[in-house]
Amino acid sequence: MNGTIDLLFWQLAAAYLFVILLIVIVRIKGIPREKEILIGAVRMTLQLILVGYLLVYVFGNAHPAYTLLLVAIMLAFSIRTVINGTKRKLSKALKQSIALSMTSGILVSLVYFIFIVLQLAPWYEPRYVIPIAGMIVGNSMTGVALGVNSLIEGMHGQKDKVEAALMLGATPRMAAREIVNQSFDSAMLPTINSMVGMGIVFLPGMMTGQILSGTSPIVAVEYQIAIMLGIVGSVSLSVILFVQLGYRTFFNRRSQLEL
Amino acid sequence: MFRLKGVKAKGILSITDLTIPAKRITCIVGESGSGKTTLLRLLNQLDSPDEGEIWLNQRLSSELDPIPWRREAVMVPQATITFKGTIRDNLQIGLSFAGKPEASDERLKEALHLACLEKDLEQNAEELSGGEKQRLALARAIVMNPMVLLLDEPTSALDEDTADTVMQRLTAFMRENGKTLVMITHSRHIADTYADFVIEMKDGTGRRGRTGGVYSEWNH
Ligand SMILES: Nc1ncnc2c1ncn2[C@@H]1O[C@H](COP(=O)(O)OP(=O)(O)OP(=O)(O)O)[C@@H](O)[C@H]1O
Ligand SMILES: [Mg+2]
Repeated sequence: MNGTIDLLFWQLAAAYLFVILLIVIVRIKGIPREKEILIGAVRMTLQLILVGYLLVYVFGNAHPAYTLLLVAIMLAFSIRTVINGTKRKLSKALKQSIALSMTSGILVSLVYFIFIVLQLAPWYEPRYVIPIAGMIVGNSMTGVALGVNSLIEGMHGQKDKVEAALMLGATPRMAAREIVNQSFDSAMLPTINSMVGMGIVFLPGMMTGQILSGTSPIVAVEYQIAIMLGIVGSVSLSVILFVQLGYRTFFNRRSQLEL
Repeated sequence: MFRLKGVKAKGILSITDLTIPAKRITCIVGESGSGKTTLLRLLNQLDSPDEGEIWLNQRLSSELDPIPWRREAVMVPQATITFKGTIRDNLQIGLSFAGKPEASDERLKEALHLACLEKDLEQNAEELSGGEKQRLALARAIVMNPMVLLLDEPTSALDEDTADTVMQRLTAFMRENGKTLVMITHSRHIADTYADFVIEMKDGTGRRGRTGGVYSEWNH
């Protein structure tokens, strides 16, 4: 037993070589990012160890309250990440649109996935719900973050075009239509690409994990297909809700552009 | 057509009392940064004043839905915008924004003629020169056949002769059809030749007078 843990430890230590390599490269290139990389690596390690122990506890003591709490924390954290991850300052209304679209998009997909697709019993079984929620939340977060940036940059970059349309009597909806479509596109692209490349270009993390821990590849593939569809559903739902709510926040009640 | 009273906007515009008459041609002149564009945007309801009141066709602007108003008082911005697609697409887009039925090719060609742009409707609008795009933007507004045209330096990218022809055709069309034209220009010649009234902007205030260099005090 001791031997396995030792081996694992040494493997992990060896993996940190990548971080050291990265630091050396940045040093040579004179990019002042050593601190961030170091902090990032340390945070990642500590967070994962913490999560590991937390999950061991929650898996051992399955209770709906724990499951719901963890999902709520993931959701809150992902919303915060999206809001803090933009270069420009967001309006309060835009922050609300982000929170609302992610919450409803993710929860609707998660509930559908758990009750209809997997038909889990009990429904709060943390061993399933937590990792699945993690993947759905993570991917939706990436998608919405891309959508937010694309929408903001579109509104600022194409301000003249939006206003030219308004001057001709366009509604905000028509004036922003092109930007909204572009934002939806760029937000969905990574998810669509990962669907297309799935299994050929890369093996997704969940499947890799399952196979590594001894599950038959066929079972792993079944789950992967289901979860991929769940992710696509959640990302598109969150993103479409976001762009539809989000573009409106750039216009005031008198249909004037406000940046 | 327009009346502004005690209007302040963007910390630059400050107009005590200004009337812009209907069915007339009014030019707004003044040095760069004096607030001409700011004023025109108020008339299009693209901005609202911070203070004061604006009457648009006898109705108080704050009680008016801006979108239908903009369809009747169409503005063409200072920086020319072309939309994706052909010249035809660019001419139709205003009508489609306004939820109006498409115009016939004949009407599109009429508008192009008024704007002195004799081009094939099928041509890609991106291929046009800067001055051609400016005339396309003008024609797009004409196709909408609004009650009022608000033009921000509509001939700034044109040579003098073309600018003159455009102005001749446009002003004749507006007069024949009893429409209101409000346009910003840097050209003293255009203001003197075509305007019934001239508003001179200075440090955000507007003084209105008849053409011919005689400006009557209108506010202060
Ligand atoms: N959105 C804005 N916010 C704050 N100030 C603005 C804004 N738009 C314009 N201004 C300022 O208001 C002043 C008047 O601008 P405006 O565009 O009305 O000038 P203009 O008379 O049209 O000039 P030009 O002949 O160069 O087009 C300028 O000093 C400008 O910097
Ligand atoms: Mg201007």
